[in-house]
Amino acid sequence: MSNLGGASAPPADEVLSGSEIPLKTKLRRAERMRKITAFGLVAPLLVFVLVTFVVPIVTMLWRSVDDTELRHIMPHTIAALADWDGKDLPGEEAYRALAADLVVARENGTAIAVARRLNYDVNGMRTVIMNASRKADPNAESVKDSLIAQDSRWGQIETWGSIKRARGPLTDFYLLAALDMNRDAQGSLHATPPDHAIYVDVLIRTFRISLTVTILALVLGFPVAYLLATQPPKIANMLMILVLLPFWTSLLVRTAAWVVLLQNEGIVNNLLIWLGIIDKPLRLIYNAIGVHVAMTHVLLPFMILPLYSTMKAIKPHYMRAASSLGAPPTVAFIRVYLPQCLPGIAAGCLLVFILAIGYYITPALVGGAADQMLSYFIAFFVTDSVNWGMASALGAVLLGTTLALYAVYNRLVGGSGIKMG
Amino acid sequence: MKKQLVSFFALAGVALCCSAAPAAARDLTVVSWGGAYQDAQKEVYFGPFQKDTGVKMTDEPWDGGVGVLRAKVQGGNATWDVVQVESEELAIGCEEGLFEKLDWSKIGGKDAYLPSAVNDCGVGAIVYNFVLGYDGDKLKDGPKGWADFFDTKKFPGKRALRQGPKTNLEIALIADGVKPQDVYKVLATDEGVERAFKKLDTIKSDLIFWKAGAQPPQLLASGEVAMTSVYNGRIAAANEKDHKNFKVVWDGSLFTVDSWVVLKGSPNLTDAYKFLNYVGKAEVQKALPTKIAYGVTNKKAGDLIDPTILAGLPTAPKNMANVEKVDDAFWLENLDRLTERFNKWAAK
Repeated sequence: MSNLGGASAPPADEVLSGSEIPLKTKLRRAERMRKITAFGLVAPLLVFVLVTFVVPIVTMLWRSVDDTELRHIMPHTIAALADWDGKDLPGEEAYRALAADLVVARENGTAIAVARRLNYDVNGMRTVIMNASRKADPNAESVKDSLIAQDSRWGQIETWGSIKRARGPLTDFYLLAALDMNRDAQGSLHATPPDHAIYVDVLIRTFRISLTVTILALVLGFPVAYLLATQPPKIANMLMILVLLPFWTSLLVRTAAWVVLLQNEGIVNNLLIWLGIIDKPLRLIYNAIGVHVAMTHVLLPFMILPLYSTMKAIKPHYMRAASSLGAPPTVAFIRVYLPQCLPGIAAGCLLVFILAIGYYITPALVGGAADQMLSYFIAFFVTDSVNWGMASALGAVLLGTTLALYAVYNRLVGGSGIKMG
Repeated sequence: MKKQLVSFFALAGVALCCSAAPAAARDLTVVSWGGAYQDAQKEVYFGPFQKDTGVKMTDEPWDGGVGVLRAKVQGGNATWDVVQVESEELAIGCEEGLFEKLDWSKIGGKDAYLPSAVNDCGVGAIVYNFVLGYDGDKLKDGPKGWADFFDTKKFPGKRALRQGPKTNLEIALIADGVKPQDVYKVLATDEGVERAFKKLDTIKSDLIFWKAGAQPPQLLASGEVAMTSVYNGRIAAANEKDHKNFKVVWDGSLFTVDSWVVLKGSPNLTDAYKFLNYVGKAEVQKALPTKIAYGVTNKKAGDLIDPTILAGLPTAPKNMANVEKVDDAFWLENLDRLTERFNKWAAK
């Protein structure tokens, strides 16, 4: 379209049409109309993508930093803590504001929201806040003394630190927790105690498993794709069906099938025992082996299909030309065939890797407790613990590191190198 | 079942539009867990309730989640009246004020029910246990309790536990000699948590973890594990449907109670109480266990249930002798931290 306008515009400048409107203007109008039509045609999809993809992701990311509950429910306490430095216990004024806020919160049924939010940060705060909301008396002579008498935790700086940290409107608490870090009452950063620092390890584990699965899928998928691309159509079609059938089968069914195959009394173990290769069953499932086997199998079609479509487009003449010029088969393959496969390899690896890092149900069903990936913990925070902030923060960390890796990958392979299907 | 449901609603609709009496805006709506369980409830509770009291009601299924209840109540004009909830939802919803505080004098008084079925906001509907399960055909002289679960010399083979810390730390402490009734007191201390993990350490290489409730019977059936923690209902179903000979150990098991609650601001409060009173009666409850392997909550119901059925129920006096209720307040407070701790332990 733009070629047409660009090439024919200069001479058309002098030519005027009958209605005195320069041809250039007419062309520009036509061009604009065409653009509007094109946009109109794309608009429904654009809106769909915005509503179902961009908005949820932005909302999700927002939840990982949003922290407005305490601000709304306990405004006086937050105000009273504004100048508190976190070195000593706050003064009577802060205790009085807290008692007053909690009494109101209890009447409104919102004390539980405060209790839940603070318990994310400091374990046990749920009980501390709920008890205080029942018993606090803002008119006591010394609210500070009476609260500390009720629960010694009101005499600890960390209790107040957690309230100050939740003052909002934005927080880095969840994101720091997702990276195994936290802040103390004075705001300085610390590493999470080793007994609870798991998320960095889980993130590394997630990428390690995904990378291994990608490599396995490439090694296993490449020969299959080559066979598909080079066999006569009759055989290739048969092979293609064998690739596509599992692809169309439900993920859960395939995972369950691996349980049947790999379990202690399963087909694989029985066969190996019958052949006399082993004398007692190997542990093939509910550990890392099971996760890698099942995930590689489930993701294999995503590697084979892009590889196949790239290989199908490579003309056999090139290889013949290489041989006729004296290249031995290995050299011809490495120097002529493989470079032409690169777009397919890049696309397949990217697809498999990105799908693998989000895996949840397969590791949950065939893995052990030490093989769970990050999505497992996101699901845990969403469904079991209902801690949306933490779930969002883990999601944000996963998204962030994935995008960073993608950028590096893009640099290495080159943007044009990736060809999907 | 769907077909039944449709015709049921169609009937209810006809009844609603054509009834001459100036009824309330809508009929009493009771919500439960759906599936085979709700089918049993329809037969034993919902149908007879309408016939005996003349109160019209409809029933709906739901999948749980306190968020749904929050939306219903806070949105105003909720379309549900009586809902069956899990104990965790009961605890959260009661704190948030989503449920009516029950007037126990209208439903037979607190003394009529098992103590664990009594709550400010809810009355227990069913009791089910988290038990030790094993295959009676493979282990003739089976384990007697959780201590045997941890004894891999006497009972070789793998064991399965639920993924995550919940119920496993309790089990480890009971196996280590803590009385079930003291288990949460011990677990509330750092030393108690250490002790539980140390106990789990002793069989760590023999442990596998399940995620879905359907997995433990499958693990037992395939011979993958010698013993597992499992919901008692799953074992009963496997024995009945797949003709297995799975056995359970009630001693030292953990139980939980699902409760009926009335949503705050229900326009059918009077009928809701009539319903709760009806389904709380021993002579009504006694029929439920004949359909599905859950215990019921009226103290007197046990005497009315066929002894052969009663023996397999969580509420049989023999089975209830040495058990502890899963402490929701404890887990609401500690689940996040202990899950982190559990995963750290698992990865070591």
